[in-house]
Amino acid sequence: MRFLLDAEQREFAASLDAMLTAADTPSVVRDWSCGDHASGQALWRRIAEAGVFALAVPEAYEGLGPRPVELALAFMELGRHAVPGPLVETVAAATLLASLDDTGPAKRLLPALAAGETMATVARDHGYALDGEAAGIRLSLTAEGLRLAPGHGTERPSLDPARRLSPLDPGGELLATDPPLAPALLLARLTTAAQALGVGLALLDRTVTHVKRRTQFGVPIGSFQAVGHQLADARIALEFARPLVLGAALTMTEEDVAAAKVTACEAAYATARTALQLHGAIGYTAEYDLSLWLTKARALRTAWGSPDECRDTVLSGVRRW
Amino acid sequence: MDLAFTQEDEAFRAEARSWLHAHVPASPLPSLETEEGFAAHRAWEAELAADRWSVVNWPRAYGGRDAGIVRWLVFEEEYYAAGAPGRVNQNGISLLAPTLFDHGTQEQRDRVLPSMATGRTVWAQAWSEPEAGSDLASLRAKGVRTEGGWLLSGQKTWSSRAAFADRAFGLFRTDPDTPKPHQGLTYLMFDLRAPGVTVHPIRRLDGKPAFAELFLDEVFVPDEDVIGEPGRGWRIAMSTAGNERGLMLRSPGRFLAAADRLHALWQSQGSPRGARTRVADALIGARAYQLFTYAAASRFLEGETLGPESSLNKVFWSEYDIALTETALDLLGEEGELADTDWSERYVFSLAGPIYAGTNEIQRDIIAERLLGLPKGRR
Repeated sequence: MRFLLDAEQREFAASLDAMLTAADTPSVVRDWSCGDHASGQALWRRIAEAGVFALAVPEAYEGLGPRPVELALAFMELGRHAVPGPLVETVAAATLLASLDDTGPAKRLLPALAAGETMATVARDHGYALDGEAAGIRLSLTAEGLRLAPGHGTERPSLDPARRLSPLDPGGELLATDPPLAPALLLARLTTAAQALGVGLALLDRTVTHVKRRTQFGVPIGSFQAVGHQLADARIALEFARPLVLGAALTMTEEDVAAAKVTACEAAYATARTALQLHGAIGYTAEYDLSLWLTKARALRTAWGSPDECRDTVLSGVRRW
Repeated sequence: MDLAFTQEDEAFRAEARSWLHAHVPASPLPSLETEEGFAAHRAWEAELAADRWSVVNWPRAYGGRDAGIVRWLVFEEEYYAAGAPGRVNQNGISLLAPTLFDHGTQEQRDRVLPSMATGRTVWAQAWSEPEAGSDLASLRAKGVRTEGGWLLSGQKTWSSRAAFADRAFGLFRTDPDTPKPHQGLTYLMFDLRAPGVTVHPIRRLDGKPAFAELFLDEVFVPDEDVIGEPGRGWRIAMSTAGNERGLMLRSPGRFLAAADRLHALWQSQGSPRGARTRVADALIGARAYQLFTYAAASRFLEGETLGPESSLNKVFWSEYDIALTETALDLLGEEGELADTDWSERYVFSLAGPIYAGTNEIQRDIIAERLLGLPKGRR
């Protein structure tokens, strides 16, 4: 038992962090929110160059995966930097395509996906797909099977302006009638948990910086116990979500992944509430960059498994830790 | 990075499990906060010690198995899963012993640890005073130099287990003229039955004498019972606070077992919807605490010091424990009010968690200042 990242894993996360820091992601998010995908696509290719999407693609299809621990680390960084786009959906699609009995679709679609040339999105049971406009591969999962959807329907705004939801058009090529869903859904849940954890860590970081700088009554507001204790609680929640996310990436059991999802999303959301409160009115504005993370913390809570669904998975699990 | 235990670890787990299966009392011992229960728990410590299960991570010379921290975690998981009794000498084993390993003399370790391992000597702590709680460094109980030792005088309070324990350890002011309050303190061990000591049991919420006031009137303590240098007691007390001691105060095994029992109770009641979230969160919280501790233990084994992050841990488990036991009492319905059940004993014990071992307010101050780097404020 050595539940500790090795040097290579830490280095991978640090280099991704450095690349995303230099990429000025807030302005990419702003572009993306306006429907201008050019800067997002450029960033996407750099994320692919760092190897992120390949981590979900098996070696047989020119990938490096599946590597859930490294994916979790990558998604924590993507969340910390509020990177927009169908990130989770792309790795879920890669898993789904790679797990089909017919290797044709995977051979045709996965290399471009691993290389970051194409984004993918997924809709389940006639529900919503994220960023259907930007995605080149739109997978529709219904009772009749898995289809490559020909297009998407009317987009609806998300509470997170960087996310747009739309149903996928019916029809299109039928890729499989009974695709194995579990591995893809599990990876989607895990990477959403990791992304949410990253969002929470960024919110805490930004809020700590704010309360050290912001002065009222002649002192930094961070010196007030009422402020410090709220941030301490946020730190506790996030630090106990972190081992669940990494542990789930190691075991990849339904229970562990569900526990990680609900805990990371609730920790990130609680941190968002604290961040908003401690920033005061400026935090309530769309213009201030904090909003990019605040709104994402809300959106990720219900994506790929609501808190209730995740708790049900934990309770119905036959396997104890 | 992995969560896999070695074959040797698994063999150790199997050995612990089978020993516990053969030895754990079939019905729970009486509450360890009563005279009868204290004696029964002391006898249980001796039974554990007879087969080297009382302090598995200690060196063999003192009654342990040199098992290391990972196997200690494994043992604790098996211990609580088996429904084994609470540990009456927890104060000694998890607070005093690590201090002796780090700061004691060889003579002190040889003299103190073996009888701690068997429960022949049960230890109480003597930190708080009526006017020194969270502001512990303002303590006033004093030690005055005398031939060959110190004369202790003053009052200590909230001394857990002291009603029935044998010896105690704590901080005393041996130099009244220092620029700062945390200077001039000395870490001492003393006999609760020595001349000049009066132990006045205090009844906790349910009436059981779980702690005591200690009145000391020129109690002689020989030099051999001073830990570390006189006047350096604060640093000694704090240096191990954040180390493995912070990690070992409450093992994940306890909460994993308690969460499983809560889950079973919930299912036996027909899995009521109303308690669903809380039961799920108890299961999840136990897993989170287990993995958090595995990560901390792994860092500790790499030679890292853990420091202020033990404050995260303390707030987490103390609040978790209350939430879990409250849920159990709620599930029990009108039975939840009964004071003579295992769950109510656990509940009353859990209520003290956010208060002892540094209140959760103090822990949050530490997190804010030392982990988040926020400016020190007025308290």
